[in-house]
Amino acid sequence: MNPFNKNKVELTTIAAQVRRDILRMVHAVNSGHPGGSLGCTEFFVSLYFKIMDHDPKFNMSGANEDIFFLSNGHISPVWYSVLARSGYFEVSELATFRKLNSRLQGHPATHEHLPGIRIASGSLGQGLSVAIGAAQAKKLNGDDKLVYVLMGDGELDEGQIWEAAMYAPHHKVDNLIATVDYNGQQIDGPTDAIMNLGNLRAKWESFGWKVLNCTDGNNFDELLPVLEEAKSLTGQGQPIIILMNTQMGFGVDFMMGSHKWHGVAPNDAQLQEALLQLKEAQDDY
Amino acid sequence: MKDFPYTESKDTRSGFGAGLHELGKTNPNVVALCADLTGSLKMDAFKKDFPERFFQVGIAEANMIGLAAGMTIGGKIPFTGTFANFSTGRVYDQIRQSVAYSGKNVKICASHAGLTLGEDGATHQILEDVGMMRMLPHMTVINPCDFNQTKAATIAIAEYDGPVYLRFGRPVVPNFTPADQKFEIGKAVILNEGADVSIFATGHLVWKAILAGKLLAEQGIDAEIINIHTIKPLDEEAVLASVSKTRCVVTAEEHQLNGGLGDSIAQLLARKIPLPIEMVGVNDSFGESATPDQLMEKYGLNEAAIVNAVQTVMARK
Repeated sequence: MNPFNKNKVELTTIAAQVRRDILRMVHAVNSGHPGGSLGCTEFFVSLYFKIMDHDPKFNMSGANEDIFFLSNGHISPVWYSVLARSGYFEVSELATFRKLNSRLQGHPATHEHLPGIRIASGSLGQGLSVAIGAAQAKKLNGDDKLVYVLMGDGELDEGQIWEAAMYAPHHKVDNLIATVDYNGQQIDGPTDAIMNLGNLRAKWESFGWKVLNCTDGNNFDELLPVLEEAKSLTGQGQPIIILMNTQMGFGVDFMMGSHKWHGVAPNDAQLQEALLQLKEAQDDY
Repeated sequence: MKDFPYTESKDTRSGFGAGLHELGKTNPNVVALCADLTGSLKMDAFKKDFPERFFQVGIAEANMIGLAAGMTIGGKIPFTGTFANFSTGRVYDQIRQSVAYSGKNVKICASHAGLTLGEDGATHQILEDVGMMRMLPHMTVINPCDFNQTKAATIAIAEYDGPVYLRFGRPVVPNFTPADQKFEIGKAVILNEGADVSIFATGHLVWKAILAGKLLAEQGIDAEIINIHTIKPLDEEAVLASVSKTRCVVTAEEHQLNGGLGDSIAQLLARKIPLPIEMVGVNDSFGESATPDQLMEKYGLNEAAIVNAVQTVMARK
């Protein structure tokens, strides 16, 4: 079923185009969240163009395919771009992002029936629970495909995450690969200053998860082997989580590493300056 | 006034447990989740006979709602079980985003609703749950009146594709509705036809309305008594047909006046047929510890309160 098994050069090319999409989408409506979207671009491109066995002829049930949930829904631009670029809907529809009567809501939603979206997210802390539920349904159905979920690191402040963290190992949910976008930033500033996450690896391990580190989630050479390792560790009685270091705003020099671009769109001049740093690869919409 | 004979009294939560167990036998997609209150919710039989479809969540209601929403994606029909307080107020945002807005087929099953929880007191006696669930777009809200009807409702909501809030309780009440009833979501049940006043009751107040009807009959007042087991969607046709005849209304519910059945009917009447209406319910107050009967008397939720409301509203005709 998986038509996507791109090599690293192809993935790099796609990532540049996705970054252009993100910037143009948020610029057009002067709102949205470019920082985390840019930081997670390699992750999304890896999942949808290499790692996941998925079908762009979208079926809500996701039976017999790998499925993905985005818990930190505010980075919807990167998800929408990757869904469109992998064939879930027309790339031209990206131009409707956050506009009236669009299927591309500010935060992902289902009732507009946008292919690729299986649950609404945006109010933080809920996606891990949903992903675990979907993974357990797959087990009940005898479906051996995997469930992926991405969370933000700031989102780990939410108590529901830790309810879910306790549940999954207890119920041996081992067909699940969770990832934390560990960029160290949240809206009000660095996570260390706002709510120190402490030793995340020790926290997840003590809850019973198999924890993998990705030292540079913006580098395919670092990221792809960790994702492959995570897949190889499924089915062994333990849920898996990847702590993925990324840089917020990666790929645009003046946006990198700062929480300033968490929820701010570039102006006209900033957009042009950013686009000069990213080669158009598959035609802008 | 019709007679409503019954041979036994039972709790509505046991009706839920019996319905869920029946569903376990008949519908392989039904799964159950419980937040450490399996015995209180009467989910033991389902757990015992269908252990692979029963999920113990621990005292983690937010996670339970999210899990249930996720399970629907694989075609499961999840029934979540905990007290009404923890089924709604504690997890309103989870229900709003992951269930109602996302259109997920989750059945939120809530026991120990209202004052009849009794001695545990106000922390557990939620009286706002119907209001919260009613306000959510796409949510169906059901509050059956006795064991048989709760069992029938539990079975019926599995057939309906969409989010449902099913509310029931702890006290033992007369089990007077037919064991073989077909539960129709959104269809009011006319228990007694009458000409002088329409009494719309839901949940435990349905039996109180029947008791009130008998007292009113002794006073020569002919009350129409209607069981509104589905608060949303409201059976507007049945309500309007009844009030067109009786020209005055009393509502009765174990809930705040704000946001409940009375609110819903008053809104309908204000738009369509403005008529005198009196409401029996809790008036902007929390509950407290006592026996259920003591509380229902103190907070004005018994047959005497309904009789008083009828006399008041008829004087306003």
